[in-house]
Amino acid sequence: MIAMRGVNKWFGQMRVLADINLTVAEGEKLVICGPSGSGKSTLIRCINQLEHHQMGDIVVNGIKVDAELKTLDLVRRDIGMVFQSFNLYPHMTVLQNLMLAQVWVQGRKRRDAEEVARHYLDRVHIPEQADKFPAQLSGGQQQRVAIARALCTKPKIMLFDEPTSALDPEMIKEVLDVMTELATEGMTMICVTHEMGFARNVANRVIFMDAGRIVEQGPPAEFFSNPQSDRAKLFLSQVRLN
Amino acid sequence: MATDHTAFLPPPVVSAGPLAWMRRNLFTDWRQTALTLIVLYAVIRGVPPLLGWLFVDATWQGTRDDCVANGGACWAFVSARWGQFIYGFYPADERWRVNVTFAMLALSVVPLVLPMVRGKGWIIGFLLTLYPVLAFCLLYGGVFGLPVVETARWGGFMLTLVVAITGIVGSLPIGILLALGRRSNMPAIRTFCTLFIELFRAVPLITVLFMASVMLPLFLPTGFSLDKLLRALIGVAVFNGALMAEVVRGGLQAIPKGQYEAATAAGMGYWRMMGFVILPQALRLVIPGLVNTWVAIIKDTTLVLIIGLFDLLGIVQAGVADANWLSASVTKTGYVFAAMGFWILCFSLSRYSMYLERRLGLGASR
Repeated sequence: MIAMRGVNKWFGQMRVLADINLTVAEGEKLVICGPSGSGKSTLIRCINQLEHHQMGDIVVNGIKVDAELKTLDLVRRDIGMVFQSFNLYPHMTVLQNLMLAQVWVQGRKRRDAEEVARHYLDRVHIPEQADKFPAQLSGGQQQRVAIARALCTKPKIMLFDEPTSALDPEMIKEVLDVMTELATEGMTMICVTHEMGFARNVANRVIFMDAGRIVEQGPPAEFFSNPQSDRAKLFLSQVRLN
Repeated sequence: MATDHTAFLPPPVVSAGPLAWMRRNLFTDWRQTALTLIVLYAVIRGVPPLLGWLFVDATWQGTRDDCVANGGACWAFVSARWGQFIYGFYPADERWRVNVTFAMLALSVVPLVLPMVRGKGWIIGFLLTLYPVLAFCLLYGGVFGLPVVETARWGGFMLTLVVAITGIVGSLPIGILLALGRRSNMPAIRTFCTLFIELFRAVPLITVLFMASVMLPLFLPTGFSLDKLLRALIGVAVFNGALMAEVVRGGLQAIPKGQYEAATAAGMGYWRMMGFVILPQALRLVIPGLVNTWVAIIKDTTLVLIIGLFDLLGIVQAGVADANWLSASVTKTGYVFAAMGFWILCFSLSRYSMYLERRLGLGASR
């Protein structure tokens, strides 16, 4: 479903992605972890081209991703993204947040869009918040709205960029629960996260990155019990394994 | 049952009542007391004579001689010239057209101001597309059997409104486009917009109006002439568009990067992202700045006097120079009247903006 071959990216002189080779099959759940600054976010942001890579190929759903506007549109249509800081539109109600892209990108009728929006609000367990503004919700609720918003356009792939890092400990669980439900339904998911418990329980594969490279990858059971590289061993010894 | 009586005690007497309030706020120490007394003295010396001039000694009906005899404001002059102050040299028989034009505007603006009215999009659409055409047809004439009234005969409060409203409505889209252009990734567009903004920002409006009225015809092909008022309107809109652009740009800079990313990731293109996500937030943030510019536009309409158009101030100025009325009290009254006209316009605009900010602030607070 996603294939990255020899992907490289530089910020100025700094090489933030170095020869990334990665394939993701349909229905696979990937967790990307690693120390901060290792290129995890940049990697998934290259998939929907919020960042442009400078070398190598990225193919999503058979479409080669480049800076061409038309292919970008096609590719982004199939990818939903959830951000660390939610990025809900603060001037719109929850319902309007969920309907905007449906109506103005996908050309869905207002009534249908509202139906879809309410359906996904149900799915993230906050149907009663439809008419509130984002600022009136808790962080956990906002992030669930953000997940629902991404799902409304019926994407085939979901990207999560540290979805729980800006949340209070109490709210992390409600967001992870929604993500776990999504995973059991077969969505293709790529999550950058520090939640090792989620990685252990939900992921098919864990990718460990350091200094722009994929250092190690494998099924979570193997990765957590028997990491191969010293860098991964050091990392795992320092994060909380809950 | 044991009752806690302290819960029902009234507040201590010292902190309530007007006397305590005065003691706390006006006579705290000797400096406050001195300031209070100075202000009080200024009010006592200033206000009664002002009220006397405005109302008690004022002449409401009569001629210049009555005004000179009474010594107060000469409202008789204002009421004698009322028609001219409002309509300029617009023919008396055709003035209903001006009334209809502005009544239509008022009738469409009122539902816009009320929060409970639905379908505001349609009203705005009407105001921005059909209304200008209708207004032009009505005011200028030449269609529907209405006799033509040359723009040279427009004047007074009506002209002030025409220039101010065109300036306000015209400058906003120009400003938005220039602001977006200045932040564009395309070097040619960015350079053009930056140069444009910096050029118009760095010259006085009078210069722009002079250019529009004297220089512009030189560049137009012969036999093709633009109406003087139209040239002034374009000048005002473009000049203020450049000012507006910087206000809007300030708002654009305040929008977090995440908003752009969320819209982009959702597959929105540039214009949809700007139109639905970025601009609504940015414009909300800069309401005070926008209204500041709008108020300045209303007041700057007086500068069209320079190129021979008679707005409210211009027509008052011409009126007080009339030999039949020439006197100190008439002159003062005329200028006070013009000032009140502008003040009412600008003050109501700023009140409305405060209301708008409060109402929109509900969803925008983060």
